[in-house]
Amino acid sequence: MITFQQVSKRWGDNEVLKSLDFEVLPGEKVSIIGPSGSGKTTILRILMTLESPNEGLVTVNGKTLWDVKAGTRPKEAKEMRAARRDVGMVFQQFNLFPHMSALENVMEAPVKVLKMDKEQARARAVDLLEMVGLAKHLEHRPPKLSGGQQQRVAIARALAMRPKVMLFDEPTSALDPELIGEVLGVIRELGHSTDMTMLMVTHEMRFAEEISDRVATFDHGRVIERGAPHEIFNNPKEERTRKFLKAVLEH
Amino acid sequence: MIWDQSFALSIIPQLLEGLQVTVQITLLGFAIAVVLGLVVAVIRRLEIPVLSRVLGGYVQFVRGTPLLVQAYTAFFVLPAYGLRFSAVVTGVIVMGVNYSAYCAEVYRAGIQDVPRGQWEAATALSLPAHSTWARVILPQAIRSVVPVLGNYLVQMFKDSAVLSAITVFELLNAAQSIGSSNFRYLEPLTLAGLLFFLVSFPASHFFRTLERRLAPTH
Repeated sequence: MITFQQVSKRWGDNEVLKSLDFEVLPGEKVSIIGPSGSGKTTILRILMTLESPNEGLVTVNGKTLWDVKAGTRPKEAKEMRAARRDVGMVFQQFNLFPHMSALENVMEAPVKVLKMDKEQARARAVDLLEMVGLAKHLEHRPPKLSGGQQQRVAIARALAMRPKVMLFDEPTSALDPELIGEVLGVIRELGHSTDMTMLMVTHEMRFAEEISDRVATFDHGRVIERGAPHEIFNNPKEERTRKFLKAVLEH
Repeated sequence: MIWDQSFALSIIPQLLEGLQVTVQITLLGFAIAVVLGLVVAVIRRLEIPVLSRVLGGYVQFVRGTPLLVQAYTAFFVLPAYGLRFSAVVTGVIVMGVNYSAYCAEVYRAGIQDVPRGQWEAATALSLPAHSTWARVILPQAIRSVVPVLGNYLVQMFKDSAVLSAITVFELLNAAQSIGSSNFRYLEPLTLAGLLFFLVSFPASHFFRTLERRLAPTH
């Protein structure tokens, strides 16, 4: 469903991704873990076309998202937009539209992009918001909602576009501890009830272990180790994985 | 010179007529300024080659030259090139163009203040550029600058007195002509100043209140 071939990303001298090869199969739930600054979020941002790679090929659902030969400019083409349609993203900071109600946030893209008629879009938005437990907050604007509620609206908003791939960029990092559970609950439910491909960057190790089919550990722009969650968490082969897990689990 | 109360009362109707012209010019000029300024700000932000830079130059040029010079040029020089309008129309256009440059800078700040995450969310939802602007960015950007625009409206109301120099019969011009035909300037000029103040003071108070009400939601 997702492939990265020889993808590099540089910020000046800082090489965030180094000739990365990475693959996610259809329907797979994959978590990316690793120290901050290891390029995890960059992978998601390239998939969402929020960053462009300096080199390499990225495909989603068989469509080319990025194809950058060294030295040529990335072309923003029809195919890229089509590929992007298959991807939805949930941000660390929610990024809801603050001047729209929860319902309007969820309806906006289906109406403007999928050209769905308003009544149909509204009905679907209501369903989605009910699914994430916000039936009582349809008309509320984001500033009136808690962080956990905002993030659940954001999940509903992304789902409204019927993505084949959902990206979660540290979805609970900006939340107060008591609100993390409700958001993880929604993501867990989504993982069990759909065959959507899910790619998640997270610091919630227990959650990653529970929800993922596969876990990849990252460091310095490369995949250090990948495998089934119980292997990575209980019996990591790489020294750097061990070190990282020790550091996060101890604290 | 001693204040002549009956003379003062007798000239009030004429002054109010002048005030009416001042208000009309201000509102029409402001309508031009907010629309033109918005167009300029958006095009500059789109970074269209040449055009965006030209409009950047427009903003710098208009802000860098005195309103009075612009008014004189429009009134005395443009007719020589076949662009002939009445004094009032010239005045409205000059005020509108002049303030459009200031408004463009206000919008620019408003657009810049919209968090990057809003643009990213729009991209993530595949919203096309026009929807991103019209539905996501501008509503937030404009909301945050409404009080500043309001202050410019008040400033424009006062600046419109400059147009008396190009024979627009607004409040100051009305006061001056009453003064010169009666050889008494104390009452008309004092009352003109008072009328300016009676409009501008409550107006700026209103926009200050609005500023507090529209505090950013982020």
